[in-house]
Amino acid sequence: MTTVFDLSLLAYEPPGWGKLLLVGFMRSIQLAAGGYLLGILIGIAGAAGKLYGNKVVRDLFEIYTVVIRAVPELVLMLLFYYVGTDLLSRASTAMGFGSVDIDGLTAGILVIGLVQGGYATEVFRGAILAVPRGQTEAAHAFGMSPAQVLRRVTLPAMTPHALPGMANLWMIATKDTALLAVIGFSELTLVTRQAAGATQHYIMFFLAAGVLYLALTLISNVALRRFERYARRGLVSTR
Amino acid sequence: MANVPAIEIRDLHKQFGSLKVLKGISLTACQGDIVAIIGGSGSGKSTLLRCINLLERPTSGEIAIQGEPYRMKDARHGGLEIADRRQVQRIRAHLGMVFQNFNLWPHRTVLENVIEVPIHVLGMKRDEAIHRAEELLNRVGLGSKKDIYPAVMSGGQQQRAAIARVLAVDPLAMLFDEPTSALDPELVGEVLSVIRDLAAEHRTMLLVTHEMAFARDVATHVVFLREGIIEEQGPPDQIFGDPRSPHLKQFISSVA
Ligand SMILES: Nc1ncnc2c1ncn2[C@@H]1O[C@H](COP(=O)(O)OP(=O)(O)O)[C@@H](O)[C@H]1O
Ligand SMILES: [Mg+2]
Repeated sequence: MTTVFDLSLLAYEPPGWGKLLLVGFMRSIQLAAGGYLLGILIGIAGAAGKLYGNKVVRDLFEIYTVVIRAVPELVLMLLFYYVGTDLLSRASTAMGFGSVDIDGLTAGILVIGLVQGGYATEVFRGAILAVPRGQTEAAHAFGMSPAQVLRRVTLPAMTPHALPGMANLWMIATKDTALLAVIGFSELTLVTRQAAGATQHYIMFFLAAGVLYLALTLISNVALRRFERYARRGLVSTR
Repeated sequence: MANVPAIEIRDLHKQFGSLKVLKGISLTACQGDIVAIIGGSGSGKSTLLRCINLLERPTSGEIAIQGEPYRMKDARHGGLEIADRRQVQRIRAHLGMVFQNFNLWPHRTVLENVIEVPIHVLGMKRDEAIHRAEELLNRVGLGSKKDIYPAVMSGGQQQRAAIARVLAVDPLAMLFDEPTSALDPELVGEVLSVIRDLAAEHRTMLLVTHEMAFARDVATHVVFLREGIIEEQGPPDQIFGDPRSPHLKQFISSVA
């Protein structure tokens, strides 16, 4: 029986596992950031589609958000991952490119982004509705194009309303990366499990992973608060 | 050029669902005209003004700005719709609207509000836009407030900033929709005095207002709207001094 904590196992260079953990951590951050950004893009498109689109567009986004929010994330991820990669390689075989190997990071980002996009659509839709109509009306009255109104008025004016919800989604994105361990993506949780399994130091490695996730959250909080202060410029504080 | 009316409205109808709000309005404003539009609440004053820059789509009728009619087409479910969005945007950029609730953009400072349209719609150079905006803000008495956000200003200051925002596009005509109705009584005067200055420069304007004394003072023409039609119109002294229609008489005595 070894001691519970053998900190030398966390050393950066082998035989320490530090480097592997950090690489996994970086991959987790890449996944979360990529998926989150993709989710923002889908969310803006989804909110605009739901609010301003025709019946077909509205219905499509409605189905999308209902499905995303109703089905457990893990199931969605497995579904998107296996169905998505399967469809992709079939399509590429059919087109004569031979089978493709979609790289894990791209697949992971797509999967997380699709899930995030469902929630982000609803966050942005609510936030856009919270912008007083007069502000966009003034922009139209001055001859801005619909795209300009969206970019120069609607999006910046809705940002403060979207921030609390979007901050939550970022936290969820960072933690959802762990679900990708199931499909063999070597992010922080998976490498932690490997390290723990190989060394039998379960408690120490999972604590270390927990600390890394916590650090990410704390640093994110600082950044988000700073961004919120910027986005709320011009709004009279209600607190 | 001088003979082309700035705003010409012919037989304008507007209905919301089955509610007929405008029932055949014809109105012409020439360069330098200051047309005051008065009438009771719900008589269609705002709707009329908002049809002029197509914030509301007319059900039928024609509107021409500086001799150029809006290109409209029949909508599938009745009424009209915009046939040429670019034309509408181009014309709108030269019609400055001042709203009852100011509608400044809250995420932009006062100066940023004023330079927004010149830069992003009219394509003016930033330096020039800033230079002009500073002049205009000085003119409406907000030179020292240019870097603050609208929400921390009084209503009167916000409305003066909104007027500067309109002046920055050097509008063909200005549309005022009850510019002082949302203001505390003690702030009305500062906004009216800015509008009075603009009137003295013979800027073309359509002014919906409940400030009868002011309307009588600055308008070149007064239009009394009732239930979607122009019930009476004429020079201010006639409208206020010698009203014919009993409704107008009653309206004037009720707001005086
Ligand atoms: N978007 C709208 N939808 C339905 N009814 C409207 C709309 N806008 C205005 N109305 C109705 O049209 C009538 C005229 O309104 P409005 O032009 O705002 O009057 P005013 O400015 O003279 O008070 C009112 O009965 C009002 O309820
Ligand atoms: Mg009104």
